[in-house]
Amino acid sequence: MSGERARAVAEATFRREHGRIIAALIRLCGSFDRAEEAMQDAFASALASWTEQGIPDNPGAWITAASHRKLIDGARRERTRREKGELLRDDADEPAADDAASFDEAAAGLPDDRLRLIFTCCHPALNREAQVALTLRTLGGLTTDEIARAFLLPEPTLAQRLVRAKRKIQQARIPYEVPPEHSLPERRASVQAVIYLIFNEGYLATSGDSLVRRELCAEAIRLGRLLRELYPQDAETAGLLALMLLHDSRRHARVDAGGALITLEEQDRGVWDRAEIEEGLALVEWALNQHNPGPYQIQAAIAALHAQAATPAETDWPQIAALYAELAKLNPSPVILLNRAVAIGMSEGPERGLMLMDSLGVSGALSEYYLLHAARADLLRRSNRREAAAEAYRRALALATNETERRFLQRRLQELSG
Amino acid sequence: MRYIFLIYSRETDRASMSAEEEQAIRAQHRAVQDEAARKGVLHAAQPLQRTNTATSVRMQDGKALIVDGPFAETKEQLAGYYLIDCRDLDDAIEWAKKIPSMCRGGAGCIEIRPLMELPPR
Repeated sequence: MSGERARAVAEATFRREHGRIIAALIRLCGSFDRAEEAMQDAFASALASWTEQGIPDNPGAWITAASHRKLIDGARRERTRREKGELLRDDADEPAADDAASFDEAAAGLPDDRLRLIFTCCHPALNREAQVALTLRTLGGLTTDEIARAFLLPEPTLAQRLVRAKRKIQQARIPYEVPPEHSLPERRASVQAVIYLIFNEGYLATSGDSLVRRELCAEAIRLGRLLRELYPQDAETAGLLALMLLHDSRRHARVDAGGALITLEEQDRGVWDRAEIEEGLALVEWALNQHNPGPYQIQAAIAALHAQAATPAETDWPQIAALYAELAKLNPSPVILLNRAVAIGMSEGPERGLMLMDSLGVSGALSEYYLLHAARADLLRRSNRREAAAEAYRRALALATNETERRFLQRRLQELSG
Repeated sequence: MRYIFLIYSRETDRASMSAEEEQAIRAQHRAVQDEAARKGVLHAAQPLQRTNTATSVRMQDGKALIVDGPFAETKEQLAGYYLIDCRDLDDAIEWAKKIPSMCRGGAGCIEIRPLMELPPR
């Protein structure tokens, strides 16, 4: 058995099973650090043993059992250390063989464990950055180095963030449990926000290591699936998963070979991921049938309308405008109103959209927001007002900071003068 | 585990409170204290005198520097505290939701801090 193959299988298993195994370990020992240590030891054992004796039939079960053994070993070492120097040793206190048996039983990895873990990682007493880092580290099994690269942070900064979060969990005694019914909606919203933030970090930003960013999207979708599995009746959870799948379905179409953004309108719809679209559409339909709408469901419904249009011209803009109006009722943010203005510009003509945008710009909330000027420029371009469009693109360029977006705006500006 | 609940509210608001409002808030405090006492988890609860009674002492080069006023000038001031035994942070957060931090018109803020438990000497 080659060491490389053993390593590949071990890494894949580790990544896939990390959340499930560590969630059970933390419940058993009550410590994130000791659980992590046990898992790392088990991983090292797997590498050594699998290289020599071949890969077991069920690598996941092997690592689960090994990590539980390491946890017991660790507890035993700890006890010996503590009792060194003490004359009296209480042998009855030694973990007996049947401890291992009960651990193996626990290794079944009840979904409850992962639920506890995700609620603890996303506890509102931790700040958002810490919630994200901890969720990726424990449930996702990403290394600190991978998380640091994804967020363009120095590794020590990220490591420090994790240490602080784990210390607060322990010292302030953040409970390792599923919140009671009365605080569940609020707490679940916090979990959803963390998952969506992880997704967007991978999806929206185009700088940094693209492989790691891809991994963030995949991880967010995995977590979304987990939450859906744990709360199959919650419409917003379904909405969130649908929203991520529908966005993710366009990942191959939205950036060209040179890394430049391609707008929805110009994307090659043939390379959209059909499987993700089908799954996303089914989820949206199910969620909306629960008649308990929320922001994720509405955004997913908007993404679904784009996904269903075979060509840009077939996009159901009036329906999209209506959905943005619904969204604005739940969250009257200027950015949502801007999106509604775009949709109205596309359905009722650029002039109507421009009027709405101007009222947003005048109210001031968005006057320094480059997307307002980019969106205005686009509608001006469509109504063939080239001078005004160029002016708006220049204004947007002056405000945009993201290199990919700046390149896009520059291209548009050149097209106008060409 | 014991947690301390530090109540921060605006003194100016407290000064301009009507007698009824003050009574209502006092009644809320009493209700929380009664509940905590009944459950056997209340260690202490006490309002503080206003910050214009505060004195700060800082040792500098072996000498005590004594200054009139609180440690820091802040928008909201420390107005009182509770010391309660809680199962965990979620339990503590439930208590914090009940403790009034209100002053006229606006809610103040409760800071929860776990006490550091030292080994017995």
